[in-house]
Amino acid sequence: MIAALLATPQPMSVHLAHASAWAVFAVGAVLILSGALGVVLLRNPVHCALMLVITLFGIALEFIDQSADFLAAVQIIVYAGAVVILFLFVIMFLGVDRRERFMREPFRGQKPLAVILGLITLAEILVLSRVGNWSTGQHGVAGDLNGPGENIQKLGQSIYTRYLLPFEMTSALLVIAVVATVVLARQQSRAPSELTKDEQAGVAAAAADKAEAKR
Amino acid sequence: MTGDPLFAHGLNLAVWIILVVKVIAVFAIVMVSVLFMVMYERWAVAWLGVRHGPNRAGPRGSLQSLADGVKLFFKEAFTPARADKVIYKAAPYIALAPAILAMSIVPFGGTITVAGHTTRLQLVDPPWGILFFLMCSGVAVYGIMLAGWSSGAKYSLLASVRASAQMVSYEAVLGLTIATVVVVTGSVHTSAIVAAQHGGFLWHWNIIHTALIPFALYSIAATAEITRAPFDLVEAEEEISGGFNMEYSSIGFALFYLAEYANLVVQAALITTLWLGGPDGPRIAGNSVGPLWFFIKVMVLLYIFIWIRATLPRVRYDQLMELGWKRLIPASLAMLMIVAGFQVGRWWGLAAFGGSLLGFALLLRAIDVGQDASAMEVQISADAEIPSGRGASS
Amino acid sequence: MIGLLSHTLVGQTVQAPATGCQVTPGKVTGLCQAFNSLHIPVEYRTILPLLVLSIGALVLLVISAVLPKRSRPGLYPLLTVIISGLAAGASVFQWIDVGNHAATKAIGNQIFYDRFSVLFMLLISVATLFGALLSDSYLQREGLDGVEAYVLMLLASTGAMLMAASAGTIMLFLGLEIMSIALYVMTAYHRRRAASGEGGLKYFILGSFSSAIFLYGAALAYGATGTTQFDEMSVFLARTTLPNDGILLGGMALLIVGLGFKVAAVPFHFWSPDVYEAAPTPFTGYMAAVAKAAGFAGLFRVLLEGFHSQEANWRPAIWLIAVLTLLVGSVLAIAQRDLKRMMAYSSISQAGYVLIGLQSASSQGTAGALFYLLTYTFIIAGTFAVIGLVQGEGEARNDLGAIRGLGRRRPGLALVMLLFLLAQAGVPFTSGFLAKFYVIAAAVNRGQYALAIIGMLAAAIAAFFYLRVGLLMYSSPEVDETKEPTDGAALAGLRPIPGFDTPREPALSQGPGAVAASSDGDGAVALLAPPEGRVEIPFTVGITLAVCAAFTIFAGVSSPVLDFAKHATTYF
Repeated sequence: MIAALLATPQPMSVHLAHASAWAVFAVGAVLILSGALGVVLLRNPVHCALMLVITLFGIALEFIDQSADFLAAVQIIVYAGAVVILFLFVIMFLGVDRRERFMREPFRGQKPLAVILGLITLAEILVLSRVGNWSTGQHGVAGDLNGPGENIQKLGQSIYTRYLLPFEMTSALLVIAVVATVVLARQQSRAPSELTKDEQAGVAAAAADKAEAKR
Repeated sequence: MTGDPLFAHGLNLAVWIILVVKVIAVFAIVMVSVLFMVMYERWAVAWLGVRHGPNRAGPRGSLQSLADGVKLFFKEAFTPARADKVIYKAAPYIALAPAILAMSIVPFGGTITVAGHTTRLQLVDPPWGILFFLMCSGVAVYGIMLAGWSSGAKYSLLASVRASAQMVSYEAVLGLTIATVVVVTGSVHTSAIVAAQHGGFLWHWNIIHTALIPFALYSIAATAEITRAPFDLVEAEEEISGGFNMEYSSIGFALFYLAEYANLVVQAALITTLWLGGPDGPRIAGNSVGPLWFFIKVMVLLYIFIWIRATLPRVRYDQLMELGWKRLIPASLAMLMIVAGFQVGRWWGLAAFGGSLLGFALLLRAIDVGQDASAMEVQISADAEIPSGRGASS
Repeated sequence: MIGLLSHTLVGQTVQAPATGCQVTPGKVTGLCQAFNSLHIPVEYRTILPLLVLSIGALVLLVISAVLPKRSRPGLYPLLTVIISGLAAGASVFQWIDVGNHAATKAIGNQIFYDRFSVLFMLLISVATLFGALLSDSYLQREGLDGVEAYVLMLLASTGAMLMAASAGTIMLFLGLEIMSIALYVMTAYHRRRAASGEGGLKYFILGSFSSAIFLYGAALAYGATGTTQFDEMSVFLARTTLPNDGILLGGMALLIVGLGFKVAAVPFHFWSPDVYEAAPTPFTGYMAAVAKAAGFAGLFRVLLEGFHSQEANWRPAIWLIAVLTLLVGSVLAIAQRDLKRMMAYSSISQAGYVLIGLQSASSQGTAGALFYLLTYTFIIAGTFAVIGLVQGEGEARNDLGAIRGLGRRRPGLALVMLLFLLAQAGVPFTSGFLAKFYVIAAAVNRGQYALAIIGMLAAAIAAFFYLRVGLLMYSSPEVDETKEPTDGAALAGLRPIPGFDTPREPALSQGPGAVAASSDGDGAVALLAPPEGRVEIPFTVGITLAVCAAFTIFAGVSSPVLDFAKHATTYF
């Protein structure tokens, strides 16, 4: 993403010809970068999560700018509307919303090293984007967005024809996620004598409920 | 799907003015309807409870909500010491904005011609259409969550946690049932959804075309999504003493109040749009009176919302989650499959129906097995002696 | 990205090289009509094993949900064995089917249907079968019964098969993720071992990072070539000379790094010892076979199909990685005192030989590498089966001491273990020898003498620690271990063997986590009571050992398996 942003001058000017498109792009870029910086720099996890939302909004803007409307909507619905909400849920539920202290580092010298590595990566990307000239001679044939018909229809057609198998196999990923959650979240089964008083009371209450329901 | 005829001849000053007027109009509609809604609810609840309801401010107490608003605005805006100041201040606005925004995609019916410019009675018709509403309802959670968290109080925080889990759970039902509408009408544009239901009062409406069940599922989920009774666990007075807006006063509280009722009005408008044909209805004296029909439908829906609130007791939180995950989501998924199947062909539809029945049988069996397993544990623990002094295990 | 495409498409005709179809805006003619109508031909036979596994996993889940809990303990492994057996059968059918028809691309050109992928499907099915057989007794012993392990295993295999069959980076990445995420969870599956959860977390974090690197590489490669399909990439690169190939090379490098992580090639191997040690032993064996095979399948697809014309660019890189992998793996394995960690380094070193096969970029090298992976599957399954038996309940002892005196306690088991060790060392008349011989021969044929010599050198170094374990099995059992204090040295349970000086490098050989893991809880108690004469061999493990041993000898003395591998390279 960042590489695409930095590699602006030659290729992107082709399709950002309109000033409005440029403006949207610029706003989106600022949102993305400031949000990302906020995620890294802010100390309070809730604030970080909110900055992540800003980044996601910025990405949605860029999608809109490239007339990928459906992706923009899904970006907001799924990421801002569900994923980050669940982040916040966990942060609030576990009460880890205190400010983090970075006084003690687990590895000495980790921070400067991270900064240096990050700078090197950034420099590499800049060099690649300048020198590399993004030589592309062939463009994909997934579909034409500017023709007649709605964006969502085209996307759907692409997904259910050419990319049918990847789309279907994603479900395997989701099944794994569900099973994995069950495996990792399930407490190991304990004998009744190992239950706490509260848990015993809860179990008894559930039994009473069930008995009542049967009656 | 062609765009609004307003933009057919490019942008000029008149078009801009019309646009701005439309923006203000939609905003005003939301605000006025909220003021009205508060009164409507109090009257209706009083009527259902055989009481008088507000009857002092204005004729029959019709200025009561305005008076309440004025009173609220002159109260002291209090900020708790442990609050996260910025977010505490911002949360009410974050709650209100998506509620008003969602109204912008609602088609109120037909077109109107002003000074030679024809425009739709709909603010915007974005290419992602109804997904825009899902975006708004997805973001709407933030207001409640952040308000509860930033207040720095325990009960508010509990409300935050409740809100996030509840809204994320029920959003899945919203999405799946809206998908059935999109499958039936073949478009995500609200204008196209309305157009597809046009003509033949009731017969072409999506409520009939999708066999009623998705409509019911959607309505239940929508009630939960706007944390309205009987799903108002976020602000359960008896349990968490008012919940997320416990610490708010003055403008902050007023904004939450506004957001709550704006959400209600928007949901009623969207149910009308999605399932009840929007402004569709018979002509009166040869004139197309879409907005009138739209208004009537919304009023009826709002009354039903109030009626539910006055009648049903609040659900328990585990009941809320069970209803969402074990009943509504599987049912809406099955309905999506069945409706999509019938779009392809009768046999596909019947196959999807059979598959759904099989799936439901398996689901019921699985729930039963799970409950049996926990019942077995109960049996064991009832026999076992209660141990003493063992802390919570890791 | 989509927007970028759309703008360039306007007013120009795009030729899809493989299908020869014409796509002009708003109009599609030719063969690719299939892509734009809502019906594409789905040739189910091309993904038959994959379908069997994934549907089997769903069936397992449903059965477990509707059957009363804990009704039949052996049901799930039995079903898993049947499912993977069916998948293996389906692969055999595919092998014949591909022989009758030409190799094709299928299902929207997303996968290759050739003998290369079919060989991996067979390999993965068999590895899954072994995994299920070995897991049964282990999971029952550890009290971890449940359907989830088998479901995860089947789905991981599905992902691995996708990787092997992938015809583009999209499919490859999807397979990679499906397999990896399942493996992360399998690593953390042992809920009562702290080390297991820790290892799972490490694997997850590093693995996600490597996936991200892979994805970045795929994006750059797409930027440079304009396609995600390997064959289209290769066509494009063959007929186009890029004025600046920085993006292409960057993408290629990142793809190699991402996949190199999965196969644990040095210097991307750091997760491997920790994870091998942390994962439940049968899962370690499964992981060593399947993840490695699938990762290499991906590397072969990317480098030999996608970037075939860029050979001059990637071969030196692979050369370096191969050399590092061989040497580091072999040398560090010597320093290990934990059996599973040692096998981890050993498997790193083994990966080096497959890299030699890859580096030679010839059909002989590919055949050698495929043969290597095929035989290694059986060897490693057998090895970890034995380790799983001798480690005792709760994985109490994974140190070398656990295996001491095995020759006296269970001579048969020791003999089989010796066979596997010798095979890994590359002793003649085992499959390991032939495998090493072929990849090195391929390197020599391409004039890579230095690489060949380093390969042989690494084999010599590796032989040292394989033989050390072998000798340990036949040395006398410990006499007074129970009286020794349980400090680090005693935990290792390793007594210097006459004639061998055991290097002890705390930083490399055993991290503090390892010691803590083996000494916590009742692990320490089990350590004091050596598991003498109590190594029971369950039926399922016995079968696995017998099959693996038979195959190791069979593939070592006769040629059909090698011919099989040679046929699988015909696509290239």
